[in-house]
Amino acid sequence: MIDRETVKHVAQLARLGMTEEEVDIFASQLSVILENIAKLQQVDVSGVSPIAHASRLSNIMRPDVPQPSYAPEILLANAPDQEENCLKIRAVFEES
Amino acid sequence: MAELYQLTIHEAGELLREHKISSVELTRAHLDRIRAVDDKVKAFTLVTEDLALQQAREADQRLKSGVALSPLTGIPLAIKDLICTKGITTTCGSNMLKDFKPPYDATVMDVLNSTGAVMLGKTNMDEFAMGSSTEHSAFFTTHNPWDLERAPGGSSGGSSAAVAAGMAMGALGSDTGGSIRQPAALCNVVGLKPTYGRVSRFGLVAFASSLDQIGPFARNARDAALILQAIAGPDQRDSTCAPNPVPDYISSLNGSIKGLRIGVPEEYWVDGTQPGIVKAVRNDIEKLREMGAEIHEVSLPHTKYGVPVYYIIAPAEASANLARYDGVKYGYSYRDTNDMWEALEKTRQFGFGQEVKRRIMLGTYALSSGYYDAYFKQAEKVRTLITEDFTRAFEHVDVLVSPASPSVAFKIGEISDPYEMYLQDIFTIPANLAGICGVSIPGGFSNGLPVGLQLLGNFFAEDLILRVADAFERVTDYHNCWPKAI
Repeated sequence: MIDRETVKHVAQLARLGMTEEEVDIFASQLSVILENIAKLQQVDVSGVSPIAHASRLSNIMRPDVPQPSYAPEILLANAPDQEENCLKIRAVFEES
Repeated sequence: MAELYQLTIHEAGELLREHKISSVELTRAHLDRIRAVDDKVKAFTLVTEDLALQQAREADQRLKSGVALSPLTGIPLAIKDLICTKGITTTCGSNMLKDFKPPYDATVMDVLNSTGAVMLGKTNMDEFAMGSSTEHSAFFTTHNPWDLERAPGGSSGGSSAAVAAGMAMGALGSDTGGSIRQPAALCNVVGLKPTYGRVSRFGLVAFASSLDQIGPFARNARDAALILQAIAGPDQRDSTCAPNPVPDYISSLNGSIKGLRIGVPEEYWVDGTQPGIVKAVRNDIEKLREMGAEIHEVSLPHTKYGVPVYYIIAPAEASANLARYDGVKYGYSYRDTNDMWEALEKTRQFGFGQEVKRRIMLGTYALSSGYYDAYFKQAEKVRTLITEDFTRAFEHVDVLVSPASPSVAFKIGEISDPYEMYLQDIFTIPANLAGICGVSIPGGFSNGLPVGLQLLGNFFAEDLILRVADAFERVTDYHNCWPKAI
């Protein structure tokens, strides 16, 4: 039901690196899972509205009052790479 | 007298407040117990011994002063390792967050700290709470204290095993499709999933945001009520947290269920449920009848679609929530390249384990162009039908009762097919989809292994399901049984 090409396409959408072996494994596992899920298609949902969450609330708002925040060093403490209190990433537009 | 680690939270609380024991003694008893048995059980990813003793000393000061005491003051608890603890690693059972130290405490931790509770450590779990056995932890598998060759259930298996083995008096877990109730069932403890929005999720590492909920583990309903009392309530930092006032859960434990209408959903007796579980739960229902409850057959006709709906919605939300793990802000980062896309893809390839990848793939597929209507939209509509099933049922009954899990604790390695593992949550998933509350309590044994009895209540009816649970415990002894394997 799910072929290797679909697995590769979805992995690319999810930005998930994958070995050739994993492509095979996911193709077969996802097929089994989706076969089991397919019974959803039998349900008559005409006139039924979708629900996106289990809460019975609409948005709860609070006044937007400035609060003390964290020092940059604290928020950056877990960052793998940083420079001058900024997150550092690899070049986006330049040739690497 | 029983060993200190065998006390309940309400018993220990009384002794603490009467100055008959100290929190330091109580905490040391649990740290000793961890040293004695956790080599075998492996419930903890981290034991925070120094912090625990420091908190215990502070609690003793507070108990001495008698000011601002809470039922949890001085009580040692364990915390599932996906709840953010300031400056203390919060791994989520993943290599992605192996060294992650949050800059802040989750709201539930703020609250527990303000009560003077003691944190013993962080507990093992399936990676990102995806699993029903802890076998998907990136670090190690937790063993069931009732039989060390078996899994404790999951994903909060570390928390349930710690409480079952006397390594903590109670614990926090999280439940997205059964991750509190199923491990509670397999380990013979009480595990409660509150109503969606009852407990703040600020600082809970997100898995599926329309389903996730934090809740307590304990060895009896009264203790679970004490923990829930502390953590329930609105939070300005979580806009999905309900403003409803929190009732006094302890005062609702009046021991009586006379005249209470208890529904037994016929669809919850499915092929594949082990006969020992069916037998134990049928016995439990008879017991509830003898206690004065009215037992009614009810129908929740869309039950069989619960697992398929869940395995569209939860992975879809997970694929979005886990997009944040890019190796830039925090967490594991693949460094061995100058190419941005390669770094991103390899960070995720090496940082995530197989089950997490499987769900990201499933969710991304269900949300992708061409499949969105067929899968995601359809699942959201069937979710409405499942929710309406409960709405109709609760017009006629006050509480629903069922098995918590189709099987008792299974052997580690026994279930290798992903979909078969997903079916372990067949009885717990519908409550998450509808957002209602549920609890699993000790309901008997099958071949020496615990059977969980699930009680489901309507929105914000935690007081009611806890009342039934507590009343049931008054006439049964299952919850007082200790595992003999350790």
